[in-house]
Amino acid sequence: MVIKADKLNLDFETNDGVVHALRDLDLEIGAGEFVSFIGPSGCGKTTFLRVIADLETPTGGSIAVNGKPPEQARLARAYGYVFQAPALLSWRTIARNISLPLEIMGLSRGEQQERVERMINLVGLDGFGGKFPWQLSGGMQQRASIARALAFDADLLLMDEPFGALDEIVRDHLNEKLLQLWKKTGKTICFVTHSIPEAVYLSTKIVVMSPRPGRITDVITSDLPDDRPLDIRETPKFLEIAQRVREGLREGHADD
Amino acid sequence: MTGLQKLLNAAAALCGLYALVDGFTALSPALLLAAGLVVVCGMRLSPVLAAALPVVICPQLDLVISLIAAGAVLAALQDGMAGAVWAIAIAAWLHGWLAVEKTMADDADATGFNWVVSLGVPLFFGFWLLFFWEALTIGLGIPTVLLPPPSMIGARLVTSTAILMADFQQTFLKAVLAGYTIGCGSAFVIAILVDRSNFLRRGFLPIGNFISALPIIGVAPIMVMWFGFDWQSKAAVVVIMTFFPMMVNTLSGLSAASAMERDLFDTYAAGYWQTLFKLQLPAAMPFIFNALKINSTLALIGAIVAEFFGTPIVGIGFRISTEVGRMNLDMVWAEIAVAALAGSASYGALSLLERRITFWHPSYRTK
Repeated sequence: MVIKADKLNLDFETNDGVVHALRDLDLEIGAGEFVSFIGPSGCGKTTFLRVIADLETPTGGSIAVNGKPPEQARLARAYGYVFQAPALLSWRTIARNISLPLEIMGLSRGEQQERVERMINLVGLDGFGGKFPWQLSGGMQQRASIARALAFDADLLLMDEPFGALDEIVRDHLNEKLLQLWKKTGKTICFVTHSIPEAVYLSTKIVVMSPRPGRITDVITSDLPDDRPLDIRETPKFLEIAQRVREGLREGHADD
Repeated sequence: MTGLQKLLNAAAALCGLYALVDGFTALSPALLLAAGLVVVCGMRLSPVLAAALPVVICPQLDLVISLIAAGAVLAALQDGMAGAVWAIAIAAWLHGWLAVEKTMADDADATGFNWVVSLGVPLFFGFWLLFFWEALTIGLGIPTVLLPPPSMIGARLVTSTAILMADFQQTFLKAVLAGYTIGCGSAFVIAILVDRSNFLRRGFLPIGNFISALPIIGVAPIMVMWFGFDWQSKAAVVVIMTFFPMMVNTLSGLSAASAMERDLFDTYAAGYWQTLFKLQLPAAMPFIFNALKINSTLALIGAIVAEFFGTPIVGIGFRISTEVGRMNLDMVWAEIAVAALAGSASYGALSLLERRITFWHPSYRTK
């Protein structure tokens, strides 16, 4: 079990009182799964990802990452994290941005270079290693940030709406790439998104969440085949799963 | 030629014509030549000529005519000179303006760095400022105590080089450099400590604020009592003046990295020093350079003013205060020129360094 959450609670103190960001979350994620978290803004999907990453501390319940408390998992560099924005350092070239985590881990120069080259090739940015982030398009920047998270070579990849700011064509392309990558590396991926087609297309498991308080309303295991060309999105099976996700989202809203 | 260029050309030609008619018998041969050239240039306004001989509208021609006329005027400068000379001076300036207008218009579509436009135009502008300063102070007979002409200041710069060098060494190379380095350096180190500790932040910010509010006029004599007459007391004043801007800017710089970038370093389990050197300090560089630039001019002012309150018989501030008393205003202006040059040079050097180090900042990016 890579992630095991048990009765997880997280309350934020704000000026308007207590906000229940997460309420009694139970979830298990196994090795090699591709799990999407979907739900309206404020449902706690990003917060849950941040709890896994030890960027937020839960106020109740328990959570284990690789069988350890999140802080230990973070210090053991158990995961790579891709943020909503590329968050590349603008004074470093693309190659030096990708090697940043490797420098921090204290890898040898040779190993850094070897891994950076492999990652640049993996995300299809060959020839752009010497460019600065602001010289690239948004889609290329986000690919560089994925390469940076992969360079770590952690078995767990946490992605917080990584393609949210990109246009649909680039998004389709990167979704396809991401699936190939997941198949090639066998990593466990937790993926936060707003988009139903994106969630259904990518995932083996879809977690539907609803806001106020943030909780899980449905967990859908997708039985789509592993091999997924883009036009699988027109098949009845796909539409059936998408329909179930939509219903789950609506149910969460009906409580308001 | 554009409308403005035609207007400038016509106005210059009218000035030249007036000079020829009004002063034909009184003007020197050089002035006559200049006025003649200006009038001939007026013929370029005819579209026929401009079409037949495109070379006559090139900016270089205007530049040459403008310099010839300016030189002729400078040679003939005297108190109460004829209106015709003033007319030629104005015509010279109009042609200079015309040359710049044309050069800039030609350069408007060009890409990349153009030395002529980037350096030549400001230099040319400076030349005309000095030209009219010279012409007006001499031509209108302004007393040199009020405003000496630049040529007199220039002569002072040449004849009193040894004194000026000694003063520069005392005030700039000793007091300013030492005070600036200590002030900026200690503020930088303390800002890093303060950034790390909330306790220090609460303690140091009000003190820094308080020190920066101290009037330099009051502090300088006290520093002289503490550190003696020589440059050390001036350096102390400079330290006090430069400390707060540097500390405040470095502090805002250290918190300039976004929350997401900090989270990123957290996910890498990066240590304090790694975060400081790989994230906080690079992100702080634009702020730090801002403070360094502000301080480079503040430090010079501080050291000069501090010398008014007791100093050995050398130094820019000392010289200014004594030479004013002896009505040697040209010497005062020469010292001002030296101080201004030193200040601009250090500001310029810092700007160049800033450009190299913070090349990634949106204000300097090149695609």
